Amino acid sequence: MNVETSVRVEDKLFYNRYLVDVGRPHIKVRAHTKPSPQLLALLKVCPARCYELNDKGQVEVTVDGCIECGTCRVIGEPTGDIEWSYPRGGYGVLFKFG
Amino acid sequence: MIEEKFDAIVVGAGMSGNAAALTMAKRGMKVLQLERGEYAGSKNVQGAILYADMLEKLIPDFRDDAPLERHLVEQRFWMMDDRSHFGVHYRSEDFNEERPNRYTIIRAQFDKWFSSKVREAGATVLCETTVTELARDAHGKVIGVRTDRRDGEIHADVVVLAEGVNGLLGTHARLRERPKPDKVALAVKEMHFLPRETIEAHFNLKGDEGVVVEAAGTISRGMTGMGFIYANKECISIGIGCIVADFQRTGETPYGLLDRFKRHPSVAPLIEGSEVKEYSAHLIPEGGYKAIPQLYGDGWVVVGDAAQLNNAIHREGSNLAMTSGRIAAEAIVQVKSRRQPMTAANLSVYKKMLDDSFVIKDLKKHRDMPMLMHTNSQNFFLTYPQLVSRAMQNYVRVDGTPKAEKEKVTLRSFVNARSWTGLFGDAFRLARAWR
Ligand SMILES: Cc1cc2nc3c(=O)[nH]c(=O)nc-3n(C[C@H](O)[C@H](O)[C@H](O)COP(=O)(O)OP(=O)(O)OC[C@H]3O[C@@H](n4cnc5c(N)ncnc54)[C@H](O)[C@@H]3O)c2cc1C
Ligand code: SF4
Repeated sequence: MNVETSVRVEDKLFYNRYLVDVGRPHIKVRAHTKPSPQLLALLKVCPARCYELNDKGQVEVTVDGCIECGTCRVIGEPTGDIEWSYPRGGYGVLFKFG
Repeated sequence: MIEEKFDAIVVGAGMSGNAAALTMAKRGMKVLQLERGEYAGSKNVQGAILYADMLEKLIPDFRDDAPLERHLVEQRFWMMDDRSHFGVHYRSEDFNEERPNRYTIIRAQFDKWFSSKVREAGATVLCETTVTELARDAHGKVIGVRTDRRDGEIHADVVVLAEGVNGLLGTHARLRERPKPDKVALAVKEMHFLPRETIEAHFNLKGDEGVVVEAAGTISRGMTGMGFIYANKECISIGIGCIVADFQRTGETPYGLLDRFKRHPSVAPLIEGSEVKEYSAHLIPEGGYKAIPQLYGDGWVVVGDAAQLNNAIHREGSNLAMTSGRIAAEAIVQVKSRRQPMTAANLSVYKKMLDDSFVIKDLKKHRDMPMLMHTNSQNFFLTYPQLVSRAMQNYVRVDGTPKAEKEKVTLRSFVNARSWTGLFGDAFRLARAWR
């Protein structure tokens, strides 16, 4: 089995503290039928594995575990694939150590 | 709407923002600092090494009450292949000095302390407030900010953009470009907790002595990147970072890399038995001198990571951030004391002062390194570490082969992998970029 699939990111996110701003996701994926190479790259590069393929083969984002690193912004914003902003003040990830 | 007008608004309470806000408040300016986190530091991630000299210039007696972890007495550099590492260690008793030069810190805790100093100096600090936009007048001059609180615009003579590497405001306002995938690294990091004595035994330390390990080689799987292990009092920071464009190209996952790094036979014993308490990620500006944007304009200056002021070769960032924040603030104080308006022409003194500091001088010295490392990542991060490791093993293993024969094998392995031209070319390019 390759290493990547053996790492459970969900377990890692469990260590962190979050204040989720329910119903106000700070990242949005543009509607698409076939994902661009940039969107597909996000499936792997997002350190919190927020991006997933749905059963129609489209890329979806769930921001609850987002660590606000900005990597998907750097890759996906120039192509218009995603819209990225910061969560409202006080919401999102809250590092105790950082 | 906050009716009062401020002398300066600082966006961000990280290293650069705190340095700027503190310097201006101490000089009697009316400063408002806005931070989107619940408290200063709650959004920030670092290794982290604190360089005392740059903080001393801001808070001379910081050692009295800053949350410092360990002062560094040893630095290790490891070149790794999958099973071994070849290391250079520098350790000196001289670092057990009265005013140590470098410390490890925990950013969230450090920033909270730094922020308390900013408040004490008289600045108004508002957390849980995301700045959403810069406000400009009809001529395009920046005159304040808008936030996600319902208080409309807040006005100031000058806005200090200390918003960090992923600065949205500056890019949205077209003051600078968004960081490009080949100019930023993504680092992932975990905090591993262990009893103090265990950490001291694992790293050969006593008391508050500390050590850092910087590691490169096959751990980054041919991508431009480095791993790091920093000993704190009761925990170990461990992480790895690579250029975002490389992640994109290879399809490697950041957590996969970190996991492999943690399981490397040279690393695993250091964190054995630990309890993980946090998993974080952050970008690091890696573009160097050539990526520095316009640093000032009508009513604004930009400092720290937002201005790409980060020395990736030497793993220094927070000290450049603190220094640029302080210098920008001093420049603003100068303009104000002359009762001049905060125009681009008047604020250009910031750039002049920064050019004269180590910040720009160091970045300029290494201006060709980022490109060299990036275009040669396979050689520097895969081929050479493997070759060096094999050469070392060949050298230390005693098996009756005559030494001359061993040396020939080593030389041949280098030439076969890179050819004479390749080897000389790499050495030459490296020397020239380092110059
Ligand atoms: C893994 C890692 C290891 C590192 N190790 C080291 C090291 O050992 N030594 C070293 O010197 N440097 C190190 N660095 C670099 C160092 O962390 C940075 O250079 C430094 O933090 C930059 O300071 P800054 O003030 O520019 O940005 P930051 O410290 O990132 O601060 C930016 C602040 O602005 C806030 N903000 C952003 N946008 C808004 C907004 N719109 N409204 C309100 N607030 C906002 C953020 O919440 C944040 O608090 C490391 C970096 C990383 C990622
Ligand atoms: S900001 Fe970072 S953690 Fe959040 S979704 Fe984007 S890549 Fe993932």
